[in-house]
Amino acid sequence: MQAQLSLPASNIDWQARMRPQESFSALVWRRFLKHKPAVAGLVAIIAIFLLCLLVPWLTNYDPGKTNVDIIRQPPSLAHIFGTDELGRDLFIRLWDGGRISILIGIATMVIAIFIGTLVGSLAGFYGGRIDNLLMRFTDFMLSIPQLFLLLLFAQLLRSTNDPRLSAGPMPIIVIIGILSWTGAARLVRGQFLSLKNKEFVEAAKMSGARNLRIMLRHILPNAASPIIVSATLRVGAAIITESTLSFLGFGVQPPTPTWGNMLKNAQAQMTYAPWTAIFPGLAILVTVLALNYIGDGLRDALDPHHVE
Amino acid sequence: MTKYFLRRTLQAIPLLLLISIAVFTLMQLIPGGPLTAYENNPNISADDLARLQEELGLNVHKHIQYWNWVTAILRGDLGTSIVTKLPVRDEILGRLGNTLYLSFVAFFGALLISIPIGIISATRQYSWFDHLMTTVAFIGQSMPVFWFGLILIIIFHTTIKNPFTGGPLFPGGGMFTIGAPFALDDRLRHLILPASVLIFFSLGSHIRYMRAGMLDVMHQDYIRTAHAKGLRERAVIAKHAFKNSIIPLVTIIGLEIPGLFNGALITETIFSWPGMGRLFFTQGIERSDYPIMMGILMLSATLIVVFGLVTDVVYAFLDPRIRFD
Repeated sequence: MQAQLSLPASNIDWQARMRPQESFSALVWRRFLKHKPAVAGLVAIIAIFLLCLLVPWLTNYDPGKTNVDIIRQPPSLAHIFGTDELGRDLFIRLWDGGRISILIGIATMVIAIFIGTLVGSLAGFYGGRIDNLLMRFTDFMLSIPQLFLLLLFAQLLRSTNDPRLSAGPMPIIVIIGILSWTGAARLVRGQFLSLKNKEFVEAAKMSGARNLRIMLRHILPNAASPIIVSATLRVGAAIITESTLSFLGFGVQPPTPTWGNMLKNAQAQMTYAPWTAIFPGLAILVTVLALNYIGDGLRDALDPHHVE
Repeated sequence: MTKYFLRRTLQAIPLLLLISIAVFTLMQLIPGGPLTAYENNPNISADDLARLQEELGLNVHKHIQYWNWVTAILRGDLGTSIVTKLPVRDEILGRLGNTLYLSFVAFFGALLISIPIGIISATRQYSWFDHLMTTVAFIGQSMPVFWFGLILIIIFHTTIKNPFTGGPLFPGGGMFTIGAPFALDDRLRHLILPASVLIFFSLGSHIRYMRAGMLDVMHQDYIRTAHAKGLRERAVIAKHAFKNSIIPLVTIIGLEIPGLFNGALITETIFSWPGMGRLFFTQGIERSDYPIMMGILMLSATLIVVFGLVTDVVYAFLDPRIRFD
């Protein structure tokens, strides 16, 4: 993507202008580093990823293993986040659950952004009847409260009694994914509407490019920045949605831990073992907060009108 | 304006029809169907089943069943609950008031808190207050509603005790003390935790949009003019800036109305609040009472469409620049 920096005349960063041939990604990275909360968020996310990867692996963790001698122990040196009602170490369990929660967040984002980009670009590019049809459908999706539909779908899948449709993270990924693309669709449609009458699109049309090529090669890359930001925020939102569904008992089923079903497990005992409720929630808070700050930093860094 | 409003109202009708078709279709997908509960009952013979099927109008084509359902809704008949055998309309109406009570308190509470914070944050951009509130807003947007509820229960119900009675500072659930006569302070004590959860949940985005709206307006020429003619800051904000600065907030409120229903479902479930969201979850989903599910889905969709319409009208009132064609 060519960086056409049109900085206001009074704010020209001469140092940046004089620097020879800085690539767009280098420019974005340099701007991103100036956003302190976003950098902190990135560091936190990397740390969380590493802990999720390494802790269960290094400790040879078995999620089904219980130990009745150490049930509901408060945080101590041996078990720094305490243990649960089956004597499982919550520190290890937290990072094991994080793997599933983050996997669900990322996979859901991919589905939602894919559908949203598809719907939004078709509606924005073709306009007219297609736009009307797709946007009315989007309105329709937005008119039923999402959580109600999610629960209904989860219940539907469960009542099939088919283990492929009711066990593991896959069904949750699919239902959250297909119900959370509306935001991305509206965003992408707006981008396509404003970009499709630009000169470079006219030029591409003149040179005989087909519609598909214009959409994919000419418009989409120019709409990439807000999509990337939205994708970052989507991961966090999906982690929260997963935790809510699992908390209500309709997400990933035990013994597979996720941050959501760890909290469901904690609800019954939180009055006398509050640590079971505090740490998984903190993990969600820190992860989503970090992702939101990264999204904020990316928004500034990717904005072509950004004033340094 | 009237024409615009009428046209928007007319547009809502096909939308609601589409929603009704979707809700009906979804319910058909649930395996077993409405008579599953009776099929395994040895006391109910095949003849009884056939009779039930006829009585419930299930022996006709799906599209006729749909037609009967929709026309019944228009007459105000939402069917009968499978679990309680009571009319769904009465079940829902008995709960709707409680949900609206909690939601309205939370909705206006959030506005009352976030509007001043947003204005102060914008007028003192990059002050410690602004930084603190922006951070709080970010945190509010980054945590699951239910977890915040659990933490409030741990702090204000389990840990902190009422210094006079020695009991919990706030009740951990319910709408009032069961069996006790009506008392305002009892109602308020039950309201405070669930309302706080819902308020905090929407505070984040409200503060951010109010701040952004005010920042945008403050750089306009007419604000400079107002300052130049010697008006005090307070007057400039109240008389000139406020009405325009609130437009982004109104837009986002319109988009967040469905979210209020989600929040109500979670909050009501955690705090055992006898509302519509809890009815949907504990009776509809958990006990497969699908007339309840259908009724609540239709009602909440209708409310969302109606509130969306109201937001549009408020928006048009606040911003006469938007076109009505």
